[in-house]
Amino acid sequence: MKQVANKDAVLRIGKDEKWIDETDTAYETNESDGYALEEALRMKEAVGAGEVVVCSLGPQRVKTVIKDALARGADRAIHIVVDEVNRMSPFQIAKTISDAISDEKADLVMSGLQSDDNGYGQTGVILAELLGIPHATLVIEVDRSSADGAALRLKRELESGWYQWFTYQLPALLTIQSGISQIRYASLKGIMAAKKKEIKEISPSAETQSFDSKQKIEKVYFPLKMKQTQMLGAGDVKKGAVELIEKLRAEVRIF
Amino acid sequence: MILVFIEHKNGSLNKISLEAIAAGQTLGKELGLGVAAVIPAGANIGELGNQIAGYQLDRVIVAQNDALSIYTPDGYTNSLEKIIKTQNPKFVLAAHTYQVRDFFPKLAARFGKEMVGDCIRYKTEGGKIVLTRRIFLGKIDSDVVIEGDAPYFVTFQSGAFRGDNAVKGQAAVETTQVEAGEIRMKPDEPFQEVKAAVDLSKSEIIVAVGRGIKSQENIQLAQQLADAFGADLAASRPICDAEWLPIDRQIGSSGQTVAPKLYIALGISGAIQHLVGMKNSGTIVAINKDAEAPIFDIADYGIVGDIFEAIPVLVEEVKKAKG
Ligand SMILES: Cc1cc2nc3c(=O)[nH]c(=O)nc-3n(C[C@H](O)[C@H](O)[C@H](O)COP(=O)(O)OP(=O)(O)OC[C@H]3O[C@@H](n4cnc5c(N)ncnc54)[C@H](O)[C@@H]3O)c2cc1C
Ligand SMILES: Nc1ncnc2c1ncn2[C@@H]1O[C@H](COP(=O)(O)O)[C@@H](O)[C@H]1O
Repeated sequence: MKQVANKDAVLRIGKDEKWIDETDTAYETNESDGYALEEALRMKEAVGAGEVVVCSLGPQRVKTVIKDALARGADRAIHIVVDEVNRMSPFQIAKTISDAISDEKADLVMSGLQSDDNGYGQTGVILAELLGIPHATLVIEVDRSSADGAALRLKRELESGWYQWFTYQLPALLTIQSGISQIRYASLKGIMAAKKKEIKEISPSAETQSFDSKQKIEKVYFPLKMKQTQMLGAGDVKKGAVELIEKLRAEVRIF
Repeated sequence: MILVFIEHKNGSLNKISLEAIAAGQTLGKELGLGVAAVIPAGANIGELGNQIAGYQLDRVIVAQNDALSIYTPDGYTNSLEKIIKTQNPKFVLAAHTYQVRDFFPKLAARFGKEMVGDCIRYKTEGGKIVLTRRIFLGKIDSDVVIEGDAPYFVTFQSGAFRGDNAVKGQAAVETTQVEAGEIRMKPDEPFQEVKAAVDLSKSEIIVAVGRGIKSQENIQLAQQLADAFGADLAASRPICDAEWLPIDRQIGSSGQTVAPKLYIALGISGAIQHLVGMKNSGTIVAINKDAEAPIFDIADYGIVGDIFEAIPVLVEEVKKAKG
């Protein structure tokens, strides 16, 4: 699970123009990662056994994501401590996570589909390849009753309202699409219980840090505006609303 | 050489692959590289090979194996890995579709690489390529360079190149048998959920709500505005994910594609997956409290502010305008 800048945060470009200015950024759990955790918890409940382990790579602040996941019901956590997570490429992140979790021999690995900040959309897929297990992306339903330890049926989202069921050999890695189920809240009991759960901190190996085929961000900036938008109301919403209907009448001839 | 991946279903071309051909041709011209296309193919792909050979390409490689009749990430990765190893391309290009995002990162990882995905444009600087990706859900652009040796795996966002700009020509078709390796997943046939109850593709006016609507109770405010206009109500994905509106109201790459005369986006940020579903609307109105929201980039009219202040006034004014 990844921690990302809050979706509603006002973004500013950082001084070195290589990332946003994070001075007083508020953070949250990446959206699809919350759904991935929920699916993992439901799977454990359906099977009636097993363990859900959360893994997050990032600076100390990602403990918030980890603690929240533990409060929702995850059993323990692995925190790979890296300060500059946004200078790492998806292959580097996947390799570091793979090194950290391969000994766990998980039956199922779940990740989010895509991060809301970098949006690489590939960390999970690369991780599967490095772990030597098959993967499915855009998973929108899991037939939990089909999980017999050897295989699993799952539904993938295709474009424009199409879907497809697959049967996967286990172990497998699924990247979970937002909306797969409704996410539970942490209960007070869960929050208390979380305090006693294990969070193992580990540092990445130097080898993963020296990966040399990475994509490197040279510069970030606000997109150039392509279209002339008529902005209405100049800060006065009510005035803008009145002007809008007048424009729709006079210029667009809606009425 | 630049290798362009062609996507299809049973020989029927996914037209967005023409954008990938256009991208390959443009990049090839600039960098002085030849361009070839590759089509993973099952038993029968009909005329697809010849169709692609009608473009200006060095050759069209049909990578044939019965196991490729239906897409699987393992089958496609294993066979394309073989093709790349024999062809040695400098770039492997594709359009950033759901299928491509499923297997391209795996294919790249086979070569110890990653993809530079969902690029919106590129430029060259002294023979080096700089690719632009849109990050933070469309709010920021990021110029990236790729370090290390070829092959480089790059995908372009829909609309980054125009399919009609793909230059026509005459290429040779080479069919080769390819190993598909072990396939660890078994696909069923793709299907559509029971026909959507509402078909928004014929709507004249759409009022669409996004996460800015805050709660399920507030949906009825948007409904009032839709009623005043005589419009259909639609939504961005998070609204349907939360089940505040049914999924057949979702607009975007996973939902419906619409082009009404008027599209009013209330509290929608304008992520690319939403924009592809509505950008061809006649007139686009956006109301959002964030002046930097990407939705304003495609809007004809914009109001920066709170939708809860705007909606009641709009309802009144529409009623007045309609008389
Ligand atoms: C593979 C894939 C497929 C996807 N498919 C789809 C799809 O089909 N359709 C789709 O829509 N999305 C899809 N998405 C999700 C998409 O990336 C965005 O996450 C989503 O569109 C965001 O929805 P939103 O704009 O409602 O929410 P947000 O991005 O959270 O934006 C909410 C907006 O509301 C504004 N706001 C908040 N409060 C107010 C207020 N009081 N007044 C005015 N404005 C306010 C905020 O400034 C913000 O801009 C897909 C994503 C992926 C990765
Ligand atoms: N730093 C990280 N720590 C934990 N998980 C991550 C991290 N980065 C990416 N992921 C996972 O990989 C998914 C895809 O991320 P991305 O490839 O950046 O779009 C996310 O939804 C997460 O589940």
